[in-house]
Amino acid sequence: MMKGWMSKFKAVFALVVLALVLSGCGEPFLSALQPKGEGAEMIYDLMILSIVIMLFVFVVVIVIYTFVIIKYRQKKQDPDFIPKQTEGNHALETLWTVIPIILLLILAVPTVQYTFALADTSPEVNEEGEEQDSLWVNVTGAQYWWHFEYDGLEVSTSQELYIPTDRRVYLSMSSQDVIHSFWVPSINGKMDVNPTGNTNEMTLLAQEEGVYWGKCAELCGPSHSIMDFKVVAVSPGEFEEWVQDMQQVTGEETPESATAQEGQELFADNCMSCHAIGADPNKIGPNLTNFGDRTKLAGVVDYNKENLVEWIQTKGEEMKPGNHMMDAGYELEDEEAEKIAEYLMGLSPSDITTENAEDSVYKDSDLSSLFPEEEEEEGEQSEDEEDGEESDEEGSSEDEENDEE
Amino acid sequence: MSATVKKAGFGATLWEYLTTVDHKKIGILYLVAGMFFFILGGLEAMLIRIQLIKPDNDFISAQFYNEVLTMHGTTMIFLAAMPLIFALMNAVVPLQIGARDVAFPFVNSLGFWLFFFGGVMLNVSWFVTGAPDAGWTAYAPLSIFSEGHGVDFYAIGLQISGFGTLMGGINFIVTIVNMRAPGMTYMRMPLFTWTAFIASVLILFAFPALTVGLFLLTFDRLFGANFFDPSMGGNVIIWEHLFWIFGHPEVYILILPAFGVFSEVVPTFAKKRLFGYSSMVFATVLIAFLGFMVWAHHMFTVGLGPIANSIFAVATMAIAVPTGIKIFNWLFTLWGGSIRLTSPMVFALGFIPTFTIGGMTGVMLGSAAADFQYHDSYFVVAHFHYVIVGGVVLGLFAGIIYWWPKMFGTMLNEKLNHWFFWLFFIGFHLTFFVQHFLGLMGMPRRYWIFLEDQGLDFFNLISTIGAFFMAAGTILFLYNVVVTQAKGVKVSGDPWDARTLEWAIPSPPPFYNFKQEPLVRGLDPLWIEKTEGDGKIKPAEPLGDIHMPNNSFVPFMMSLGLFIAGFGVMFQGSYWILAVIGFAITAGSMLYRSFKDDLGYHVHKEDLEDEKGDGSNG
Repeated sequence: MMKGWMSKFKAVFALVVLALVLSGCGEPFLSALQPKGEGAEMIYDLMILSIVIMLFVFVVVIVIYTFVIIKYRQKKQDPDFIPKQTEGNHALETLWTVIPIILLLILAVPTVQYTFALADTSPEVNEEGEEQDSLWVNVTGAQYWWHFEYDGLEVSTSQELYIPTDRRVYLSMSSQDVIHSFWVPSINGKMDVNPTGNTNEMTLLAQEEGVYWGKCAELCGPSHSIMDFKVVAVSPGEFEEWVQDMQQVTGEETPESATAQEGQELFADNCMSCHAIGADPNKIGPNLTNFGDRTKLAGVVDYNKENLVEWIQTKGEEMKPGNHMMDAGYELEDEEAEKIAEYLMGLSPSDITTENAEDSVYKDSDLSSLFPEEEEEEGEQSEDEEDGEESDEEGSSEDEENDEE
Repeated sequence: MSATVKKAGFGATLWEYLTTVDHKKIGILYLVAGMFFFILGGLEAMLIRIQLIKPDNDFISAQFYNEVLTMHGTTMIFLAAMPLIFALMNAVVPLQIGARDVAFPFVNSLGFWLFFFGGVMLNVSWFVTGAPDAGWTAYAPLSIFSEGHGVDFYAIGLQISGFGTLMGGINFIVTIVNMRAPGMTYMRMPLFTWTAFIASVLILFAFPALTVGLFLLTFDRLFGANFFDPSMGGNVIIWEHLFWIFGHPEVYILILPAFGVFSEVVPTFAKKRLFGYSSMVFATVLIAFLGFMVWAHHMFTVGLGPIANSIFAVATMAIAVPTGIKIFNWLFTLWGGSIRLTSPMVFALGFIPTFTIGGMTGVMLGSAAADFQYHDSYFVVAHFHYVIVGGVVLGLFAGIIYWWPKMFGTMLNEKLNHWFFWLFFIGFHLTFFVQHFLGLMGMPRRYWIFLEDQGLDFFNLISTIGAFFMAAGTILFLYNVVVTQAKGVKVSGDPWDARTLEWAIPSPPPFYNFKQEPLVRGLDPLWIEKTEGDGKIKPAEPLGDIHMPNNSFVPFMMSLGLFIAGFGVMFQGSYWILAVIGFAITAGSMLYRSFKDDLGYHVHKEDLEDEKGDGSNG
C-alpha cells in the first residue's frame, strides 16, 4: 500500500523528531535519554531502533484503523445493510505474519549483540592491542546506602563513587541484606544487587566528567526511594590523585580546630563500631573517609551542619524511615552532636572533589601507578614513559610515592 | 425453584446467593465482589497518585506507601481482574456452548467463596499490624524480613484465593470439553469461549507454581524454614523464578479473555463474521504456549547471564507475532463492515490503539539489553498499565456492558456509558502515557517520593490529574449501574442484534438456561438462523425433564473454615485454637459433603410446558 520511499521518509522523519523530543527529556545527570556513558549510549541506540520499528507498525495500524472507522460506519439510509461475511484471506494473513517476523529479526540481532556486549567484563585493550589493568570496585548495597571498595587499592568510600572518565570501571556487586538494584541511568543500565552467593558484574564507562545520579531500582523497604548515590566521574589524572590521597587516610589524623578534635574523640567513642574512616573493612554503616566532600547528606538531604546534627540526633528516623542507624545505642547531647558534625564535615582528604567533575580541567593518565605489582610482573614500562609526556607534572612524582608504599 | 420466586425478601435473596450453585448467580457474585475490590484498588491507586502529585510530598508515610502500592497491585490482579474475568466466564461460557450449567456447580460455588474469603483475609491485614509491604511480587528476602504480619496475610490470603481460582480453571476446562451442545465443535466455539478455555488451561499450569512459592514463603515466615533466607543458605532467586513462572502466564490469563470479549463485540457491531477465525484461535493457543517460555524477561537484570537473557529476549519478541495477527484480524473484521458505535464497540475501538502501544512497549522491553534501562522504572509501570488497563480493563468493561442485559435483563444507559468511556480513556492516557518518559528520565518504580530538581515534577502532576479523570469515569459507571437497576426496564433476549447462542434465550435466562438442548449449525449459530433460518435456534432433543443441582451452603462453610484457620496458623501461640476450629469446620463440611447423597432434582416436562413464553431457543 505504502510506496517504498514513503516509508523510508517516514522512518527518517520519525527518527529526527524522536531524537529531538527524547533528548529534551529529563536532566542530563539522570536521564537515560541523554547518555553520557558507553552502556547508556548503546542502549539509547537500541531504544531508537526499536521505537522507529514500533512507530512504523503503529502508523500502519492507525492508518487502517482510521480508514475503517470513517469508511465503514453504518449508513443511516441503509441500516439493514448486511455486509459480506468474509471468512479470511490467506495472502493478507500471511503478510501480517511474515512482516512482523522480519521486523522482529531486525531488532533481535542487535539485541543479542548488545546483551552480550554489556555483559562483557574482560579487560579493556588499548590502542597498541595490549590488555589494560582493570579497575574493579566491590559494590555493596545495604538498606539504604551504598558502599564502594576499590579492589586492591585499599580505598573505601560510601555513597559517592569516584571513577575516571574514558576508562571502564568494573563493578562486582552484592547486597548485605535485601535485593537492591544499581542504576545510573546516564551511564549504563541497571543490575540487581543480590544477597549472598549471587554476585553480579557490570561496567561503567563515563564519557564526560560529571556528577551522575544513581538510584536503587528494586523495592528494598520504606526508604527505597531515597537510597540515592552519586557517581563522580573525574578525568583519569584527577582520579589517580584522588586514590592516592584516599590511600593516605588512617582515620587518626588530628583535625585543626579544637571542637573538631573533641568531635573526633566523641566519634571514636560512639560511632566507630559501625562507621569507618580510612580503608577499614567495617561496613555496618557508611564509610566516612571523605565525608567532608559529600554533595548530599544520606544521599538525598541538603548537606549542611544543621541537617547533619538533626540526623545524628534523630538517627535519621524521619529523614530515612526504617534505616538501621535507628538501632544504634548511642545517646548524645546536642553540643556533642555538633562537635561530631564539625569533625565529620572537615574530613576532606583530597583536593579532588565533585567540583573537579564539573570544571573543564582534564588530566590524562593510564592509571598505571595504581597497579604497580602487575606492572613489574608484566614489565610494561614503555607504557609509563609515553603517558608521562601526556599527563601533567604531578603524574610522575606520584608514581614514585606510590612505589615506596 | 428460584425462577418462580419473584420479589423475595432480603433474607431470602441473601440466602439464595450464599447457597447458589447456578453459574449465572455465581457470575453476579464474582461481578459484585470484583467491582468492590476494583474500587478498593482504585482508591489505593488514588493515594499513590496524590502522594506523587508534587516532589518531596509528605501526604502519606514511607511505610504506608509501600503497603498501599503492594495492596494496589495485589488487589487489582488477584481480587479485581481475576474475579471479573470469572464473572464474565461464568455468566457467558455455559450459555455460549449451550450448556445448562458448568460441569461442577458445587465446585464453582466453592471456587467463588474461597476467592472471596482469601480476598477478605488480605484486606483484614489493614486492621491487624498493617498490610503487606513487599510489593505484589513479594521478592524475598524483603518479604521474609518484613515485620508484622502483612506478608503472612499476603501468603495465606492468596493461597486460599488461589485454591478457588485453580478450581474455577479446572471447572471451565471440563465444562468446555464435555458440555458443548450438539453441533458445537471446537472450531465453531465463539472466541470468548475459546479464550476462556485457554485461560483456564493456563490457570491449571501456572497457579501451582504460585501455590508452591507461597507455601515456601509461608514456611519461611511462620515455621522457621530457610528457603529464601540468604544467611541460612537459602536462595532468593528461586522465589523470583517461581513467582514469574506463575506471574507471566497470569498476564495472559487476564488478557486472553479480554481478547475474547473484543472478538465477540467487534463482529456483533460490525455485523460481520470474525475475520480469520481459525488464525485467531491459533494465535490464542500460540500466545498461551509462548507465555510459558518467557517468564525470565521479568528478570533480565537479575544476572542470569547473556545467554539466558538472549534466549528469553527472542522468545518474548516472538509473542508479538500472534498478538499482531489478532490486531489485524480485528481491523479486517471492521473492514467492509457496518459499524455501530455502541458503547461496548467504543471500548473495543479504544482498546485497539491503546493495546498496540502496550504491545509495542512490550517488544521494547523484550529487548534484553535495552531492558537494563527500562526495568523497574516507570517505563515498565506505563507498559503494564497499557496492557492491563488498556487491554484487560477496557475488555472487562466492554464485556460487562455488552453482557449486562444477558446478566440482569436491563440495559445500561448508553449515553452515560459513552461519557464513562471518554473520561476513563482520556484519563488513562493522561495518567500513563507520560509515565513512559518518567521512567526513561530516571524515575524508578515504587518510589514513595521523588526529589525536586530532577525534572520529574511536571509529568507526575499530569499523571495525577489523569488519575482523577479515571476515578470520575468509574464513579459515573457506578451511578449508571444504580440508576439502571433502580429503573429496572426490561429488554429482549437479543438487544444488540448479536450472533452467538447466549442471545437466543431470554434475558436473564431461566435458571435451566435452555429448555431443550440447542442444535448448532455453524459458527455464530444465532446469526446463521437469522440469515438462513427463521431466527430461532433448532432444538437438538425433544422436551424432557431437566436434572438440576441443589443449592448448598457447604462451599461457604468450607471456605469460612480455611479463613478462620488462616488466622490461627498466622498468630500461633494460643491462637492455634482458631486453626483447630477452622480446619474442623472445613474437614467437617467436606465429610458432610462426602457422606450425604445430594442427587439434585428434576424440573418436570409438564412444568416446562407451562412456563411462559418459549423459554428456550429464541
